[in-house]
Formats: sequence, C-alpha cells, structure tokens
Amino acid sequence: MPMIDIDWLKDHVEIPEGLTYEQLAKDLVRVGLEEEEIHQSQVTGPIVVGYVVDATPEPQKNGKIINWCHVDVGDEFNETDENGNKVPRGIICGAPNMAAGEKVVVTLPGAVLPGDFKIEPRKTYGHISNGMCASERELGLGDSHDGIILLREYGFSKQEYDALQPGDDAMELLHLNNPVLEINITPDRGYAFSYRGVAREYHHSTKAVFTDPVIELSEKAPHEAKSVDGSAPVKDMEVLVEDNNPIHGVAGCDRYYGRIVRGFNPSAPTPNWMRRRLIRAGMRSISLAVDVTNYVMLDLGQPLHAYDLSKIEGPIVVRRANEGEKLTTLDEKTHDLSPEDLLITDSPNGEHASRILGLAGVMGGLYGEITSETTDIFVEAAHFDQVSIARSARRHKTPSEASRRFERGVDTQLQPAAVEMAVELLTRYGAGEGSRTPVDYNVTTRPHDIRFKVSEVARVSGLELDTNTISDILTDIGCHVGGGGNGEFSVQPPTWRPDLTEPCDLVEEVARLVGYDEIPVRVPPVPASGRTGLTLEQQRQRWISNTLAQYGLVETLSYPFVGDVDYKAFALDAKAIKPVSVEITNPLAGDRPFLRRSLLLTLAMTVQRNIRRGLQNVSLFETGHVFLWNPDAPAIPALPGGVKPTDEQLAALDAGLPEQPLHTAAILTGKAVDAGWLGDSRDVDWSDAVEVVTRISERLGADLRLNQPAADQVPASWHPGRYAEVTLPDGTKVGEVGEFHPHVNEALGFPEHSAAMELNLTALLPALDDKPVQAKPIATFPPVHQDLAFTVPTSVTARELEDAIREAAGENLESIELFDVFTGEQVGKDAKSLAFAVTFRSPSKTLDSSDSEAIRQAIVDKAAALGAQLRA
Amino acid sequence: MADVATFDAQAVTEAVAEGIEKIKNASTMEELKAIKTQYAGADSAMTKASKAIGALPKDQKKDAGKLMGKLRADFGRAFGTKEQEVKAAEEAAKLAAEAVDMTQPVRRHPLGARHPLPKLMEDVQDFFISMGWQVADGPEVETEWYDFDALNFGPDHPARQMQDTFYIKGNQAKDAAGFVGSNMVMRTQTSSDQVRALITRGVPLYIACTGRVFRTDELDATHTPVFHQCEALAVDKHLTMADLKGVLDKLAVAMFGPEAKSRLRPSYFPFTEPSAELDLWFPDKKGGPGWIEWGGCGMVNPNVLKSAGLDPTVYSGFAFGVGIERTLLLRHDINDMHDLVEGDVRFSEQFAMGE
Repeated sequence: MPMIDIDWLKDHVEIPEGLTYEQLAKDLVRVGLEEEEIHQSQVTGPIVVGYVVDATPEPQKNGKIINWCHVDVGDEFNETDENGNKVPRGIICGAPNMAAGEKVVVTLPGAVLPGDFKIEPRKTYGHISNGMCASERELGLGDSHDGIILLREYGFSKQEYDALQPGDDAMELLHLNNPVLEINITPDRGYAFSYRGVAREYHHSTKAVFTDPVIELSEKAPHEAKSVDGSAPVKDMEVLVEDNNPIHGVAGCDRYYGRIVRGFNPSAPTPNWMRRRLIRAGMRSISLAVDVTNYVMLDLGQPLHAYDLSKIEGPIVVRRANEGEKLTTLDEKTHDLSPEDLLITDSPNGEHASRILGLAGVMGGLYGEITSETTDIFVEAAHFDQVSIARSARRHKTPSEASRRFERGVDTQLQPAAVEMAVELLTRYGAGEGSRTPVDYNVTTRPHDIRFKVSEVARVSGLELDTNTISDILTDIGCHVGGGGNGEFSVQPPTWRPDLTEPCDLVEEVARLVGYDEIPVRVPPVPASGRTGLTLEQQRQRWISNTLAQYGLVETLSYPFVGDVDYKAFALDAKAIKPVSVEITNPLAGDRPFLRRSLLLTLAMTVQRNIRRGLQNVSLFETGHVFLWNPDAPAIPALPGGVKPTDEQLAALDAGLPEQPLHTAAILTGKAVDAGWLGDSRDVDWSDAVEVVTRISERLGADLRLNQPAADQVPASWHPGRYAEVTLPDGTKVGEVGEFHPHVNEALGFPEHSAAMELNLTALLPALDDKPVQAKPIATFPPVHQDLAFTVPTSVTARELEDAIREAAGENLESIELFDVFTGEQVGKDAKSLAFAVTFRSPSKTLDSSDSEAIRQAIVDKAAALGAQLRA
Repeated sequence: MADVATFDAQAVTEAVAEGIEKIKNASTMEELKAIKTQYAGADSAMTKASKAIGALPKDQKKDAGKLMGKLRADFGRAFGTKEQEVKAAEEAAKLAAEAVDMTQPVRRHPLGARHPLPKLMEDVQDFFISMGWQVADGPEVETEWYDFDALNFGPDHPARQMQDTFYIKGNQAKDAAGFVGSNMVMRTQTSSDQVRALITRGVPLYIACTGRVFRTDELDATHTPVFHQCEALAVDKHLTMADLKGVLDKLAVAMFGPEAKSRLRPSYFPFTEPSAELDLWFPDKKGGPGWIEWGGCGMVNPNVLKSAGLDPTVYSGFAFGVGIERTLLLRHDINDMHDLVEGDVRFSEQFAMGE
C-alpha cells in the first residue's frame, strides 16, 4: 500500500510547519485513509555536512589508492589537537571521487546506518579514521556505491549549496531521519493511490489549501489534431481499439493517449530528489525513463508505459488475446492468454496487430521496452476497464502497481496531464523534445448524474445539515452540483471517483467530511413485533453445554478439517467416507482437506494434544457443525446480486448445499474418579458416556433410548459389545454412545476403555415438546417400598424389564431404580439377575398390603412375558 | 417380710451422704448409673428406709417422711448436676474425636468448564436479547451468493479477492466471471446471514448472528483460520447511523465496562454505505486507555436490501460485525491465539462457568 512522504505531499497541499507523521496519520484516518504503519528511519546520527580541507592520495600495495583526508565538520564535531584547538577530522576514504574542496556527508562515531552498521573510530591504512564519508547505498538512499555523495551533485541550487556549512545536520538535509507513513487504501478509493488523491483527502480533513496539479498540466498538454481539410491529421502514432470480446458489454479500453519524446539521452541520471522520493515510496530507481513513468504514476495515479519507439511499428492495436497466444512478461514469466485478456499489440511489417507488446494495464512484455540505448520514446497513458484488468491480474497471478490502480478505477481525464508531466520530466532531466502531436483515442463518457435528495443525508446518516453545507461538501470533493429545487440536486461526480454512483455514496461523502463524530447517538426502540428472547432450541443448546460442563467435562473447540490420518485412526473406510464428505479446494493443510462428518474425529485431536502435554483424565466436549456431502446434490447456480432471486432460484441455492447438522460430542478418558484420601479410583468406561447421555436426556425431558445392536452391526470405531445408538422414543437415531474400539484407543494413544458420545442436536431438539411442562399433583399418602429381583435371559435388556414393570405398576409407581446386576452360577447360563427398588404411592389413598400385593403380582405377571422370574 | 428393716434415720442419712460423695467422684455415665442403682435402686438403703416408714409409730412418720424427702432431693440434685456434667464432657470428647482438618482438599467431581468463546457468544447474544432482538445463525458452508453476491461483492469486485476464502469442491459450475467453481465457500463472514435473514424473516428485522467463519490464514499468535464473529443487522423504517452508534456504545459498555465507548472512522465495505471502521475506547488497554480496532459497520447498502427484495427508499438499516476472538483477547489479556484454539483444558478451566 502507498507510502506517504510529507515532503512530496507538500507539492500539492499546504502542510503546516513541523507536521509529524503521527499527526498526518491522524488527519488522514479521519477521512478514511487508515494508517498501516509509520516506518521509522533506520539511520541515527550524528551525520553532518563536511568540507574536505585536503585529500592526500596514498597508493597501497594492492594497487588501490586511498585518500587520507582532513574534513571540517564544524566546531561541535571537529577534533581537538594537543593545544586545545579545534581541527578538521582525519578520515580515510577509498572513493575515487573524493577531492579537496568538496562538500560531503560525514557519518561520525556513534552514527548507525541501515543494516545496524555502527560507525566507530578505527585504525586503518596506518591512520585513525575518525568517521566515514558516506555513499548513497551506505545511507539507504539508493543503489549507487560508485563513490561518496558529493553534495554539489545533489540537486541543490547554487544558493542552497553555498549556504551549506560544515557541521550542518545532513540527516535533515537528506531526509535521512524522516519516517514514512504507509496507508491502507480501501477498494473504492483508487484515486488515493496517488499523492494527488492523498493531498486532496488531507485537504478534506484539515481544510489546508489544495492545488490540483492536473488542472495546470491539462491546460499545457497538447490535444490530438483535428482533421481540417479531410486529410489525415498529424499524430504521433496510429492507435486502434478493436475489442471483439468486451466484458459485460464494456469496452476494454476507452482512452489511449500517447506522445513521443525524441532525442532523449538514455544515460542521463535520475535526479537525486526523484530517486530519493521513489526509494522512500518503496520503489527501486532503474533509469531516468522508467523512474519518470513510476514517479508520475505515484504522483498522479496514472500508470504509464514507455516504449522504445524504434522497436514498435504502428498501428498500435488494443485487442483481446486469441486462444493459444502466449506472452512473456517483463518478469520473464510466460502466460497462456485467455480471449478475455486485453493486449497492447503493434503491427510489424504491416501485419496488423500481430505482435504483443504487453498485457494491457497489468504488465509489459519483454519486447518493446526501453533500454539503455533508447533515444526515442513513446509514452502511453490509457484507461482500461476495471473488470478486464482485475480478471487478467487474477488469472495470471500478476498483480502490479498498474493493475492495482486500474482495477480500482483511474481518472478518465487524467491521461494528457500525466503524459505532459512525464514529457516535462524526461526532457528536463534527459534532454530531447516532446512532440505536440499526440494520439488521443477517447470514447470516455462523463460520469452519470446522480439524482440526490438532500433529505437522504438525514434519512441515512442522521445528520441534520442545511442544503448549502451539503452542496459545498459535494463541490469540494469535485462534484458538479446542479439543481437544488424541490430539495433535489443533480450531482455529477468527478472523473476520478468511479465509486460514486448512488445517493448513498454521496451520503457517505457528506458524513465523512462533516465527521462521523458529529452524528448524534440514539438507541433504537425495542422492536415492536415478533417473539423475543432465545428460542427454546437456543436455550436447550445452552442447557446441554452447561449440563456437560457441570458434569465435569471441559468444553473445547476444534477446527473441522480431517483427512486420511484421522480416518485411519478411527478405523473408517476412507474410500467410502470421502465421496460423502465436503472437500476444500484450497486447504491449509494438504493432508486434511475434508470437513468432519463427526465431531469425534476432531475432538479426538484435542484430547490427544492434552494427553501429549502430560494431562490426565482428559474429558472434553464440543458443540459444532458436521458436514454431510450429498454426491447427488445439484450444482449451485451463480446469481447476480442486487436482485432478489426467485423462489425456485433460492431453493436451488440451498439444494446444492451440504447438510450441516449441529452436534454435541464428548470424549472421556482416564479415571472417572481419582484415587485419593477419599477413596479408591475408578477408570472411565462406557457407563460414564451413557451417564452423559442420560443427564442430557433428563435435563431436556427428552426420554432418549439406547438401542444396542448386535456386535457384528456395531460400527468399526466402537467396541462391539459396548456401543448403542441413541434414539428418540419413536426409534429415530439421534446419536451414538459407547467405548471406542480398543484399536481406536490404541491408535489415538488413549487409555483403554476411553468412552464417547455424540448427539445430533439438529435432529434431537426439534423433536422435543415445546409446550410448557404439565405438572402432576404431588401425592401426600405414604409410600410403599419394595425390592424386586428377577432372573431374566441375557437377551432381555434392563430397559425392557423396567418398561414392563412401569407398565404393570401403572399410575401407582413413583420411582424405579435398578440397584443390582449379576450373572453367574446362582442364576445359571444365559441368564442374569436384575434387582429393582420400586416405590409405590397412590395419588388418592393409603396403599394397604393387599393393594401393594396386587401391584406386585401384576408386575410379576408382566415380567413373566419377558421370561423373567421373580427370585425368592 | 422377714427382713423388713426398721427405719434407721442415721443409717439412711449416712448411706445417702456416701452415695452423694460417690456421685461427686464419678466421671462416666456407667459409674453414675451404678451409683444410682446402689443408692436409689430397689435394694438401696434409701428405698428400704422409705418402705420402713410405714412401720413407724404415727408420730414419727412425719419426721421420717420429711427426712426421706430431703435425702431424696439431695441425692437427685447431686445426681442431676453430675449427669449433666458427665454428658457434656462425653459429648465434648466425642466431638473432639470427630474433629477433622477441614482444609483437606475435597474434589470428588471434576469441576468442568465452558470454553470462553462460546460463553462470550452467549453473553453477546444476551445483550441483543435484552434489547428485544433475536439471535440467528446460518450455514458455515455457504453459497457464494449469500456470502458475496447478495452483499454487493460482485464476481469481479476487488474485495472478493481480498477475503482469503476457502473454496469448496463439489459440483462445478461457471460463476458469473467465467471462473469455474462450485459457487460454494466456507463463509468468510457472518454477514452471509444478512440476506438469508431478510428473506426468511422479513422486515422489520433486528437480529444478531453469532457463529464461525473461515479464512485461509495460517494459525499464529494473532490469526486463526477458523474464528467467530457476531453480526448485528437492523432493518426498519427510519433507522440511521445515529441508531448504529447508539447500539455500538451500549455493546461496548456491556463488553468492556461503563467507561467504554465506540468511535467510527470512514472505511469501505461492499455491503454497507456509508461504511465505517469501529474503534473501541478500551479503558484497560496496555499502556493506558486508548482506541483499538474492534470491527466494521455501516448502513446497509441499498443493493443488499434489493438482494432481499426490499425497497431501499422505504427501508434503511445498519449492520456491524465484531470479532469474538478479538473481544476475548482484549477482555482477558490473552496474548496468543494458540491458547484460544488449541483446546488445552488448562485454558478453559481458568474460566470455569464464569467471566
């Protein structure tokens, strides 16, 4: 993002003396140009102006000639001789351009240069060198290291140069101590990718006087000659735009302006001030011609391209690429072009548009570039379609300074001014002469007028402003404001603001220039209609999480990404699971490109991480979405925004999406109860996971059931004898519970008998009753307690026997609790004993012994149907 | 009646005195009971003497009765006093024997803990619920239409490329820019719920969407590819940026205390116009109170309202989004995102159920 140098900004807007970069950042952020960073100087002083009193060449054995110099650096920094007199410093300098009488830049002991290069007195070539005369590169001012900086050559006027005194602060003089402000430009503000735009914004923020440089440049710039007598007018280049594949019906190029500079001196150096500005803007200085195009782009926001005129043959044709064409760009990458790519081509040997010079607005090609021999230059300034440039830059992954500006929108009227500026700089610093016969292909149109009701400002922003204030602000940002009757303006936005198209855009301009701080504060009233509060489902989600935490589990969150390693650990068939899993095109981790279908896979990773960190008894839960891909899902249509899709289209959008139910899962490992002074330990097993399910079930009033399949029906991740599906009373599966298969526990590094449960809340919660609980009256007659022990076949489940007892006992049953289970010789083979403590209580009378005996008999009869016998 | 004793006042007085003396020396309830049996039981001198009164001449009966009444009372008083003493001492001894070190740690059940992120999302939801708003959430794998197009991010919008989006494989179709894809992404923002909510719930609409969003940022101290946002959306007649500022100030106070407040800076989002960066005045900022970036906001762009079939000249609204992680990091002085995402129990346990 752009670097802002206060010294450069001064070219266009009046800057108060002593403005700090911190204050500049504050001023700009107020109007929406956000500070990215203030880059601090990497140089610390003392670095001063020195006058070379004498320089004595001392040839060395290795053939080098070293100068032993005395440099006057002012009284404050000069050395003191044995008599206490101030004398020039002795400095060793190997630079070939060192000479007595020069004013140079001296870095004194204590100074630190880029790269943490500390200047200290040092003994060298038989002398004590008490400082260093610096080159550009040593100061981070550029690439030049051919010699030291001679201030005489540094772009000062004679007066300025003569005024330089030994000991003057060179940090200030060369802008070495200046930080630079990097700002962020939001995508709507392409014009702020220029000093012109930032200066305007600084004016908006501070009311400092702003002078648009483009006004004067536009006046000076020549226009394309008109045909007067029917003969072809003289112009520098024939340019044709032949766009056979416009995107969205918008021509790829609606303006192409170009001029020739002849007699340019290709070896002319870039002036120091320009080089310094480019370097501070984060660009390299390459050659005067290239530097000028970059400089104009940074200053005005118009990307320019400079061609070696001797290498190109008109007409230049702007056209789309043909299928199969290739282009090698300046960065020496070769691209297969798309018929949507816009190209700049020329026509060698009369072959029309046959040679590709560059990918328009993105990057030039290798051919046609200016070189160190170029004397005649063709300077191009064009305006390209934002979408076309954005797509090409995206397609070829070649974002450039040019594409960054074009895709955000460049001023459609800027081109002649930009070329004028470039021509002036090229001819001033590199000799030669600019033509006055430009080519100007121009089919740009003025921005559309926006009908703008003044009342919109108040309706949207809440700011109550008078009409004149609004009109003044819009004029200040460059709009032509007309009308005003009936409270409605006709507003034509400036050509550099393609983002201003709707009334709301103008509201933002008004609000940000007045200042968002001026907007009043009001709390909207409570919405009048509709139910309020969390839905029952939302409340129940919270109950579940709180229940699990209260049970002693720790809530965590995991990323939903899984892959082969997880499938393998869970003994899942990757071939079967991948086709029904959602896959990410650009995963962060290539080995986990899929989204989980079960929380347990990713929750297990979290458990593993805790165990590896030496934690014990890790029992975690997580609530999150899982993703179920339907391979037969229809493709999702691409639909335009800004229009409500039809019901069919809306249905098509959702039909292509995977199901994404919300799940809650828990994994329990280690000890359920730790050994300690209170008693013995107990390992986690299936029963802990079942208790988790039971607690949730009871908290929700859900009456969840467990359906334990035969061992050969149990999924491979689970213990074949310790697994059950969790179901609703109607048999709908809503979850799973049990112990992991020993292989899974081993693969994951979990203790034996680690257990887990997972519930599908999206299936479970809507099935719950959403009516208020209907409370039963509380009976106050005395209870009757009985213990009933049955011998039942192993195949009968505890739940089946309990259900039978409940049914037989009817409304007199108050509670039933399984209190003992055992198998063995006493009960015989294929049988087990289940003992229940039951409590009867009638709502209407005291139960006497004949009543309870009748209930007991009913239970025994009912249980007998299951093959259960009451034990004596 | 062979050994019906004769009444011997001196003997019984001495016997009782002896009993009282023994009571005084007793120290357990067993001793006391034995003394009682010996000196006041059926075979005791006192009982026998009482019985012997009947055989005394009439004129002596009265004095003898008086004497016996006194002796009985003396004995009873002595016994009662001592009994209370002994009982109290025995109880004290029992309690002393039962004394424990109450500081021995007792943790039969692990404490358990909520993770602070979902907990904070619940707090944020409660804030909106308290204002009478509703809470919504949408799918995490979302169509590009809801995540981008409906929000005024056209297929060629530069901002659409800035979102670091996870794209989903799947049935390939061409998008409007001709790039082939499934038109499906991991949602990059909870703003994707805006148009869903507008279409399914209609207006007036006041909702907060809290949930997970995804960007292709590698996990480091300040970034995570999976994170959480809270999106607030209000669409009604007569809503302005003033209402937006009002709600933001209230939320700032709810999250960061009575001195917190919000500030807006001009910015850009495709789905709002005017748009603003949301800054928070954070009283507990390290190095002193100051403004810090908290989220983005603005007035709903007319194109978004149109995507939901609403007339932007009639309806207006505001939307804002804040990062839940960012809020949490600030509130709890957490310096490393790793702690938030790795699921180390020691992290969650610090929060237990509370703040």
